[in-house]
Amino acid sequence: MNNAYFDLLMWARGPGFTIALTVMVGGILLRLVEILLLGRKKDFAKAKGSPVAQGIKTIFTRSVARKGMMKEAPVTYVAGYVFHLGFAVAFLFLGAHIALIKSLLGFGWFDVNKALIETAAALAVIAAIALAYTRFTDPVRRALTRFDDWVVLVLSVLPLITGYIAVNRVFGVDATLWMAIHILTAELLMIAFPFTKLMHAVTFAVSRYYNGSIQGRKGAES
Amino acid sequence: MADRPMLPELMRAHGVSRRGFLKYCASLTSALALPPALAPKIAYALENAARPSVIWLSFQECTGCTEAITRSHAPTIEDLIFNAISLDYHHTLQAASGHAAEAAREHAMKENYGNYLVIVDGSIPVDNPEYSCIAGISNLDMLKETAAGAAAIIAVGTCAAYGGIPHANPNPTGAVAVSEIITDKPIINIPGCPPIPIVMTSVIAQFLTLGLDSIEVDELGRPKAFFGETIHDRCYRRPFYDKGLFAETFDDEGAREGWCLYKLGCKGPTTKSVCATVKWNDGTSFPIQAGHPCLGCTEPDFWDNGGFYKPLSAPAGNYRQAGYAAIAAGAALGVAGGALARATKAKAVAAHEVVDAHDLEKKS
Amino acid sequence: MVKCDPEKEAALSAGMRSSGGLLSLRTLREHVPTGNAGPVLREIAAALARLVETGDPTTIDLGALPFSAGDEKALDAALGAGEVRATVEALGTSDVTETGIPGVWRIDHFDQAGETLSRFVEITYVPEILMTQRGDAADGLARLEADLAE
Repeated sequence: MNNAYFDLLMWARGPGFTIALTVMVGGILLRLVEILLLGRKKDFAKAKGSPVAQGIKTIFTRSVARKGMMKEAPVTYVAGYVFHLGFAVAFLFLGAHIALIKSLLGFGWFDVNKALIETAAALAVIAAIALAYTRFTDPVRRALTRFDDWVVLVLSVLPLITGYIAVNRVFGVDATLWMAIHILTAELLMIAFPFTKLMHAVTFAVSRYYNGSIQGRKGAES
Repeated sequence: MADRPMLPELMRAHGVSRRGFLKYCASLTSALALPPALAPKIAYALENAARPSVIWLSFQECTGCTEAITRSHAPTIEDLIFNAISLDYHHTLQAASGHAAEAAREHAMKENYGNYLVIVDGSIPVDNPEYSCIAGISNLDMLKETAAGAAAIIAVGTCAAYGGIPHANPNPTGAVAVSEIITDKPIINIPGCPPIPIVMTSVIAQFLTLGLDSIEVDELGRPKAFFGETIHDRCYRRPFYDKGLFAETFDDEGAREGWCLYKLGCKGPTTKSVCATVKWNDGTSFPIQAGHPCLGCTEPDFWDNGGFYKPLSAPAGNYRQAGYAAIAAGAALGVAGGALARATKAKAVAAHEVVDAHDLEKKS
Repeated sequence: MVKCDPEKEAALSAGMRSSGGLLSLRTLREHVPTGNAGPVLREIAAALARLVETGDPTTIDLGALPFSAGDEKALDAALGAGEVRATVEALGTSDVTETGIPGVWRIDHFDQAGETLSRFVEITYVPEILMTQRGDAADGLARLEADLAE
């Protein structure tokens, strides 16, 4: 006799994770190589400022939105931050996730109270809903939205929701089944990562450095 | 064994009063999550139930289940109930051996055909049935033969319920659970390695008093009263899980302080059993209380579910090595990519055509 | 609301640093009421009305629902102490007490080691466990007659 739920969990922890990790890591490498291979024409002009320093600096300074954003797009401004921070806290500081990271990388860090994790996750979900709402109502953003943007939005919220259900056994669900579902939704996110705009989590550094170094070469501070 | 006195006489002989018996019935009703109004009915049925004939078959097992059930502390009513049944065959416990023992089994079967209860511990090898024989009869044949006249079967222990340790990879004997061989009889699974003695006796008591239909089982054939909730949900260390306080190794501060054992591979979150509340050895302790993570022994394939000491959230494979390989491959790819880009650029420079104003005028 | 007990809080924070922490944390958790005392009290009231009208007794199993020590405190506070306190020694101790509401009894069964086996509220005139059972009386009679015959 088998426990179908546990078999699903074992598939998610075994072959499922291998597939997701391979696709994600391979996909990221492929896309990075693709981007870097584009190359840049050598600029023979003498640099007025320091392109490298400005490039590295820009990677960090652009994390703060430019002035006026709060007035122009308050929902994007606030909910954007809340979603990213909430997702990061829920992902990086839950004991079970740290155990996963430690088994992959060999090191981990401190865990925080589940109440904090759940607050962060709940805020992130609310923020994502707010972002989806403005994406839908704002005509400009709606015109810019492609189908895969909706897919990405759903995929990044699903692990938060399924994780909450699995840990708290909301509606009395089966813990094993929902743990499997939670892992599978996270694996879907991993697989989608390199082939959608989720890639920004890696390429933001490349593009910010690029912009920063161009400005830096011209002697401008950014 | 057939001439043992009935339960009331047994109670009298052990100095157990009827008040004690009523108290036991009330507590049993509560433990089985049955309505309290059923307690008098259970008491009546226990006192008046005809002594059912029980045939206990031990197959590929370690005798741990029998050890557990005979270790319930005397004099408890569980013991008395166990004595009140007519245990007609149990090759570990009975005095007779060899052909005399088998004769006892055959006699009990003939006398009570269609009405006896079969309790099985241990799995059954089917690749080559001769791997496990009793008195020259293979386990497979004995089970089929004995089950034919049974009213019901109780599969005691994870081996009988799901194949257990003999069934674990690579399963050299082709061991299977009782339910994979017998499909036309009601089977109740009481998994555990071994099961909690009180769980075994309570289920037997419920079967004797209220009948098979009163026992509600889950999709894995386990009584819901004892296998309805996960150990994690009832664990006294749960507050530490919620606070994010974990033992990282078996000898760190967290382990000494009794923090959550999730990171040491505890299977409590996916394991359904009453270990955390009923506990062992008359409520003394259970594995997590003793500082060891739950192995998940009431679940099918617990031996192969990704390692006892690997956290449930960690992937089953070993990716650390693969990770280093990937980093090396990535670096090599990066260098190659860089070289390629440089070569492309060099080619572009080489193919560079110098254009001056004259050329432009010529063309226009 | 649970009133903050400074002593318990101090014990708790100290407990987080010492091995005694397990016990104090458990104590604190067990004292948080689940809010089930209210519904149980209503159930008791309905059962008592039934007892007065028809004489039918009712038993409520406190182990069948989430019922913490905090809930028990609330229940005890609402019911108060009554006139009868009895102890039954049969396979361990059982405490049988009538609450301040006549006809409502609390019955707690413990095993030989003192661990709680089960907890009940019985709405009846006399709990059955207090009554001498016919079988026990018959046994007693047999013993007495045997003694007299000597």
